Amino acid sequence: MRHIISILLENEAGALSRVAGLFSARGYNITSLTVAATEDPSLSRMTLVTSGSDQVIEQITKQLNKLIEVVKLIDLTEGKHVERELMLIKVAVAEPSVRDEVKRLVDIFRGNVIDVTATAYTIELTGPSDKLEAFIAALADVKILETVRSGVSGIARGGKSLHI
Amino acid sequence: MELSGADILCRSLAEEGVKYLFGYPGGAVLHIYDAIYKQDKVEHILVRHEQAATHAADGYARSTGKTGVVLVTSGPGATNAVTGIATAYMDSIPMVVITGQVPTNMIGNDAFQEVDSVGITRPCVKHNFLVKDVRDLAETIKKAFHIASTGRPGPVLIDIPKDVTADKTEYHYPESVDIRSYHPVSKGHPRQIKHAVEMMLEAKRPVLYTGGGVVLDNASHYLIELAQKLNIPVTNTLMGLGAYPATERQFLGMLGMHGTYEANMSMHHTDLLIAIGARFDDRVTGNIEKFCPDARIIHVDVDPASISKNVSVDVPIVGTVSNVLKEMLLLLKELEQPAEQKEALVEWWKQIDEWRAMDCLKFTQGDEVIKPQYVVQKLWEITQGDAFVTSDVGQHQMFAAQYYKFDKPRRWINSGGLGTMGFGLPAAMGVQLAHPDETVACITGEGSIQMNIQELSTCLQYSLPIKVISLNNRYLGMVRQWQEFFYQSRYSMSYMDALPDFSALAESYGHVGMRIEKPADVEGALIEAMALKDRLVFMDFVTDQTENVYPMIPAGAGLNEMILV
Ligand SMILES: Cc1ncc(C[n+]2csc(CCOP(=O)(O)OP(=O)(O)O)c2C)c(N)n1
Repeated sequence: MRHIISILLENEAGALSRVAGLFSARGYNITSLTVAATEDPSLSRMTLVTSGSDQVIEQITKQLNKLIEVVKLIDLTEGKHVERELMLIKVAVAEPSVRDEVKRLVDIFRGNVIDVTATAYTIELTGPSDKLEAFIAALADVKILETVRSGVSGIARGGKSLHI
Repeated sequence: MELSGADILCRSLAEEGVKYLFGYPGGAVLHIYDAIYKQDKVEHILVRHEQAATHAADGYARSTGKTGVVLVTSGPGATNAVTGIATAYMDSIPMVVITGQVPTNMIGNDAFQEVDSVGITRPCVKHNFLVKDVRDLAETIKKAFHIASTGRPGPVLIDIPKDVTADKTEYHYPESVDIRSYHPVSKGHPRQIKHAVEMMLEAKRPVLYTGGGVVLDNASHYLIELAQKLNIPVTNTLMGLGAYPATERQFLGMLGMHGTYEANMSMHHTDLLIAIGARFDDRVTGNIEKFCPDARIIHVDVDPASISKNVSVDVPIVGTVSNVLKEMLLLLKELEQPAEQKEALVEWWKQIDEWRAMDCLKFTQGDEVIKPQYVVQKLWEITQGDAFVTSDVGQHQMFAAQYYKFDKPRRWINSGGLGTMGFGLPAAMGVQLAHPDETVACITGEGSIQMNIQELSTCLQYSLPIKVISLNNRYLGMVRQWQEFFYQSRYSMSYMDALPDFSALAESYGHVGMRIEKPADVEGALIEAMALKDRLVFMDFVTDQTENVYPMIPAGAGLNEMILV
């Protein structure tokens, strides 16, 4: 099962490699990982997408909690939550018909074309990962030149928050 | 007053009550060595190899419960220390390791003797620090000692660049530290504890399976009280030996791969397994699928990540072993049922005594060749079971664990988790320094001893009267045993050729050497050696080459599927 683990981490050199090292040393998989400072500059917020059996996920959260720099964590998938991922995707649009088709898809998926040249569009799209994947699938025959994905960020719904 | 980083380090160690610093100098730590020279609070012990410094600090820690402290230089000093750090990590031993580092402005430049010590050790320390500013030094040291010795203990490394040891700042050693992200649980959950106690009172075939956690938390007396109140049989892991007196009736011996028949059979047939400060290591469980098929499981451990890691348990209790056992004993007092419980276990004990009657550790000492078991048994008799015994890794380690009956905790000092050959002699140095008037024996093999034999020189320098008991079978015995059993006796690289004359070697280091070849001489030699109170004696026992360690559970088998002879 896919899990989104959200972590408050001391904003210190080496903290990220401790988390990444834990995953490689114990053979857990990382689907995506994002990290940046929070409104409190001493803390970083990390969102980590992983998968595994319940037993593996339990071990992952316990092992993460053991790292001294991990201040707090929650498994967002245990409750209602929102997840978003940003994708920048560059497609070839030399043909006018392709240009129209891409424009239409971008509207349907509520994306934005953020850079235009005679031969290429760069599109910005946010949403849950499956929406981004659906967009890629919808592009079908359109030639993709490049995709950049931010990895998932997540947050719990409602008043609940991860803080110290 | 402003002090240099080097002076701050020395003062801070003194503040922590550090008596011995095990180390080896080098370029990056020269300021520190100069500061050491100018003070007399902390005594520096000069080893002959950095690995030995870590094992010595480790032996000191295991035998006292205090944090062991190591100082090594950057680069090769740090990498040499890694084996000892990993050894301490696997067995949860409190240790603080200080490594020198190249100056901050050279970090990352492939400078002379630069290695990323924090990176290299990250997977085998509880935590580590790189101190880039002398103003952070004292607090970092405080944090390191705090982290190393609390919760599930472990090694903590502090990497200090050379310029930081020269820089000066106002010295203030904090009384305490609060690390917002580090608050180990200490009290167990009351409802879980109650539930566990009720289960113990109901069980028909309970077993206490206890490990190094009981030793580390100094909880032996609680364990004894609990076991005796409820008449529950006790088995110890390799790391837990001594936590329950081995000569006491309720003790079943060690369990696991080379455990006793009665311990492993009891595990297999138990209806309630009470695991305390143990971590269901694969050398203990054998085949996980076949492990304790009929049992409900209670697991007490200070580390939540140890619980339900290998075996899923019914009643997890996170807390320190002492706190949880204390709570259990209080509850039992309120419930006042133990008498009935004792009655209820009569059948179980009858069964256990039948298993015991197999006498799985029996061996016959003939007139010709010395049996390794016999040497350990005699050592136990002659030292009246009261010695500190360190060991290396191999068959001799298992013989030591099986035949030296430890009645007290912290007397059995071995590398259980990592299985580090070369551990025994340096560990014994730390133990002997901590206990100058006690008998310290190092049971080793001719393979293992050669991994750190240079420490005989350290032993001379500090007059450490260790008794080295080498069970010399001219084989890497444990490897040979596996090759005999599982590789049709193809003894690939397990024979030790070109051995030195150990007795003469020890003499050349300034110690007493003995070579013992006949069974009839074993006892006399041991008595003679023990009488040499202030000398290191190296006893080279020429033992049976083909002896194997029994019982043995082959890989993939359950605990009830032992090879007995
Ligand atoms: C550093 C290290 N290298 C290799 C091993 C693998 N190993 C385990 S036991 C053993 C043989 C030990 O031989 P010896 O010290 O002579 O003891 P014996 O088994 O003969 O009693 C070896 C090589 C190890 N445990 N540690």
